Amino acid sequence: MFELYALLIFMIIAAIVAVEIKDLLSSIVAVGAVGLGLSVAFLILKAPDLAITQLVVEILSLIILIRATIKRDITPVNGQKELLNAIIVLLFIGGFLFFAYLALKDLPSFGHPIMRVSKTYLVEGLKKTGATNLVGSVILDFRAYDTLGEATILFTAVIGVLVVLRRVGRKGVGEEVKEDEEYED
Amino acid sequence: MKTEEPGMSLIVKTITRLTVGLILLYGIYIVTHGHLSPGGGFAGGVIIALSFIHLMLAFGKELALKKLNQSLSSLFEGFGAIMFLTIALIGFVGGYFFLNFISKGKPFNLFSAGIIPLCNIAICFKVGAGLFAVFVALTLLRMNGKKG
Amino acid sequence: MIYLMCFSLFSIGIYCILVKRNLIKIIIGLGIAEYAVNLFFILLGYRLRGRAPILAQDQVVENMVDPLPQALILTAIVIGLAVTVLVVAIALRIYEKYGTFDITKVKKLRG
Repeated sequence: MFELYALLIFMIIAAIVAVEIKDLLSSIVAVGAVGLGLSVAFLILKAPDLAITQLVVEILSLIILIRATIKRDITPVNGQKELLNAIIVLLFIGGFLFFAYLALKDLPSFGHPIMRVSKTYLVEGLKKTGATNLVGSVILDFRAYDTLGEATILFTAVIGVLVVLRRVGRKGVGEEVKEDEEYED
Repeated sequence: MKTEEPGMSLIVKTITRLTVGLILLYGIYIVTHGHLSPGGGFAGGVIIALSFIHLMLAFGKELALKKLNQSLSSLFEGFGAIMFLTIALIGFVGGYFFLNFISKGKPFNLFSAGIIPLCNIAICFKVGAGLFAVFVALTLLRMNGKKG
Repeated sequence: MIYLMCFSLFSIGIYCILVKRNLIKIIIGLGIAEYAVNLFFILLGYRLRGRAPILAQDQVVENMVDPLPQALILTAIVIGLAVTVLVVAIALRIYEKYGTFDITKVKKLRG
């Protein structure tokens, strides 16, 4: 399990770089490195479905972040109240990690999962559904209702984006809409 | 003073012409073999959306929107959602919600496992068309008037 | 021990959401926290020296890792993408109305 530890240390260092650096483009690239490390971690933990999905979703979210925000200007911010804020948050995180360590002792140790329901899925999956990809058979046959809920969430998010970015009274491609026309009541 | 060409440089355009069809074909392969090897509807749908976005990034907005404009992709997304719901509701005829009614063939064939390939295709339409419509909306907003 | 490292990745994301003032940094912190939660679930379902839950030609079922967390996290990854896209769209509208991404200046009720 040495490679899993090394990968997690790489992800933590890349996350610290992404949070602290001042240039926006560099921090977006660092988040891309965290996502890529996560995809390799899924491969080490024997989950190939998730590795493919995580990789392409990471690429798409990086494209959207860079494309939509990179030409805006960045105003540098600094202030005295921010230091007090950071100290209080660090104290809270220290308390959270201490209580998490106390709670994590009750979990089964790493590598020996309790598989009460999954034993049924593994043994009877091929017989009852006829699919050899057992994760696919769990998503689309044993737990298909959750997939319906997830399709609804995607639909709602797409409708939400199209409503938020709508131009009231669009007048063609090259003209600008005056701001007074959008917010009248 | 050379005229402004839409899209990126010549190297990017040549490579895009060679590879965008292969990316689309790979996405279709991952969707239809979702019950035999890792993948499934979600990953394949995102790959198909990425192939159209690749076309849009390399050649500019007008040429990509001629291939798949915004109202057509909204239509595909609704069609995918309705197809998924119809497959679920037909199961009511036999017994319960989401009954696997088509016969399960021999394993390791392409046409096995009942309704699972059809559900994968429906989800692929929904996810791919939805993400492409969202991307078009996000970048067309920048073109339509930047303030501040 | 490995669970604690996963939790510290999550707390780096929470720190970024609470302390930073730039709106894009807050979105980046949300993404990091979501990666940590997905990793934690898959760590719970791992069996030492197990196999991937795909049946090969010999059709032997024993010693596979848990397929149920993998199915749940597969939908969670795509939901995370949908949330990120929606938050970026709202951030773009805020930039149009106020001219900046700084959250301490986004205070006026009527622009």
